Amino acid sequence: MLEVTSISKTFAGFKAVNSANLTVRKGEIVAVIGPNGAGKTTLFNLITGIVKPDSGRVLFKNEDITGLQPHEISRKRISRSFQVVNVFQRLTVFENVQISVLSRERMTWNIFTPSAGLAVKETDTILESVGLLDKKNRTTALLSHGDRKVLEIAMALGGDPEFLILDEPTAGMAAEETSRCIELIKMLSRTMGLTILFCEHDMEIVFGIASRIMVMVRGCTVIQGSCDEVRCNEAVQDAYLGGSDVCL
Amino acid sequence: MSRKTISGMGAGIIILLLFPVFLPRFYVYLASVILLYGLLATSLNLVLGYGGIFQFHHAVFYGVGAYGTTLMLTKSGLPAIFAFITGPLVSAAFGLVLGIICIRLSRLYFGMLQISLGSLVWAIVYRWYAFTGGDDGIHGIPMPEMISSPKSAFYFTFIITIISLYIMWKIIRSPFGSVLQGIRDNPVRSGMIGINVRRHQLLALVLAGFFAGVAGSLFVVVDNSVFPDMLFWTLSMEIVIMCLLGGWFTFLGPMLGAAVIVGLRTFVSMYTVYWALVLGIIMVLVIFFLPSGILGYAVEKFERGFRKPEGGEQ
Ligand SMILES: Nc1ncnc2c1ncn2[C@@H]1O[C@H](COP(=O)(O)OP(=O)(O)OP(=O)(O)O)[C@@H](O)[C@H]1O
Ligand SMILES: [Mg+2]
Repeated sequence: MLEVTSISKTFAGFKAVNSANLTVRKGEIVAVIGPNGAGKTTLFNLITGIVKPDSGRVLFKNEDITGLQPHEISRKRISRSFQVVNVFQRLTVFENVQISVLSRERMTWNIFTPSAGLAVKETDTILESVGLLDKKNRTTALLSHGDRKVLEIAMALGGDPEFLILDEPTAGMAAEETSRCIELIKMLSRTMGLTILFCEHDMEIVFGIASRIMVMVRGCTVIQGSCDEVRCNEAVQDAYLGGSDVCL
Repeated sequence: MSRKTISGMGAGIIILLLFPVFLPRFYVYLASVILLYGLLATSLNLVLGYGGIFQFHHAVFYGVGAYGTTLMLTKSGLPAIFAFITGPLVSAAFGLVLGIICIRLSRLYFGMLQISLGSLVWAIVYRWYAFTGGDDGIHGIPMPEMISSPKSAFYFTFIITIISLYIMWKIIRSPFGSVLQGIRDNPVRSGMIGINVRRHQLLALVLAGFFAGVAGSLFVVVDNSVFPDMLFWTLSMEIVIMCLLGGWFTFLGPMLGAAVIVGLRTFVSMYTVYWALVLGIIMVLVIFFLPSGILGYAVEKFERGFRKPEGGEQ
């Protein structure tokens, strides 16, 4: 479904992403792992058009989407959440998701119909599925960190995506929130059939839900493979997992 | 809106409607000016407060609207109604052109470039004696009988202002309005949910330009004159201060700010020539002590009394 080939991005002489490769097939949950600063977020930014690549190609469903604007890429039904919470902080939880739904339904040029009555059902359905319905009228500034991370996902779902990118979805969450979030991601994959690409530092989560893993170090793809392949790979052991306290 | 707000607004409207009956001529004029400046500030706030766009030279659109209407009135020979439609449309077109040029830049640079280009427009108006009357401006502009007295000018201004405010209110509540506020809060996220950020900002600039042009045309009705100062950058600063002072995250804040600033200006100018200094001091005080403006502060106080922030950090 997604095919990234030797993509690179240099920031002021620093190679954040260096000829990275990534393949995601339909229906998979693929995890990108790598130490801090490996270039995971930059890779996601390159795929979603927020950062323009210096070289390389991104194919989505066999269509070249390299260098398109974020809104054009979003129209191809690719959605994402952000690592650093990135929501509309002056608006309510409901409005945050509603804008996303309105955008997908191409209603954003309507200047006379009150938006309060539009796309309510779709928005409520999404809020319900992520468990935020009871907090729909709160301003996002008043939400807990965990709820804001979930709202991130809810906004991404507003675009009715086929392909969902999650940048450290559980970072900073409490244990209980984390497990609920993992259930949510599994549900999105299983019952809604979404293809999911995510990155995560917690190995337990990664090995728990990923069908395949891509390991990234200093901007390069070290290996792509099944969980077992990655677990046994020596280069990965040395470069990344070796130093951590994860039990393999 | 609650019933209380509606009845409050109704009472306010009735009092305003009675103004010309018992107030001397000068105050009727002043009330008209406050209304049209309030409209002007509200139109700026559409892009500033709701859109997060640093429109630093909004007066250009006000001036262009006023000149557009005036030139049509004095030079075209067409019925006055065409003049009053042309003015705002020219402003809107101007909003589009300046918008297309400036929108590519980041927030602050957008404002800077707009000030430069706006000043260029001012210079042209100031110099072009044959067409715009140069620095003298144009005075004694003939008005249709119906709106030629100060009282009727007031009522005309009043009605047009209310209609314009109502339309802008509808716009802010619309899907487009929500999107605009979303872009203000977070342009990157807006792009990622499929919104063409620049196009939406452009429409906002066109709409703001249009209503600034309406305000400009109303000034022609009230004052029967236009002059280059109407698009000088100091006026733009004044409009920004109206928004900040009144409360730029509230709908009626700019109107309140306009009332305070126009009122102050009128009375301060009677005693001193240092109005700009007073304005600067107001600006500093607002930024330090009332960052969300008078109305914004009142709303915050009001809301805190009712609902306490629930759960969550920060
Ligand atoms: N816009 C930018 N300008 C300059 N440097 C950047 C930019 N974005 C990322 N970088 C740099 O690129 C490198 C990779 O960053 P990136 O955020 O992609 O890493 P990451 O793998 O997501 O790390 P983390 O696990 O900490 O989120 C970092 O050294 C970062 O400083
Ligand atoms: Mg990251």
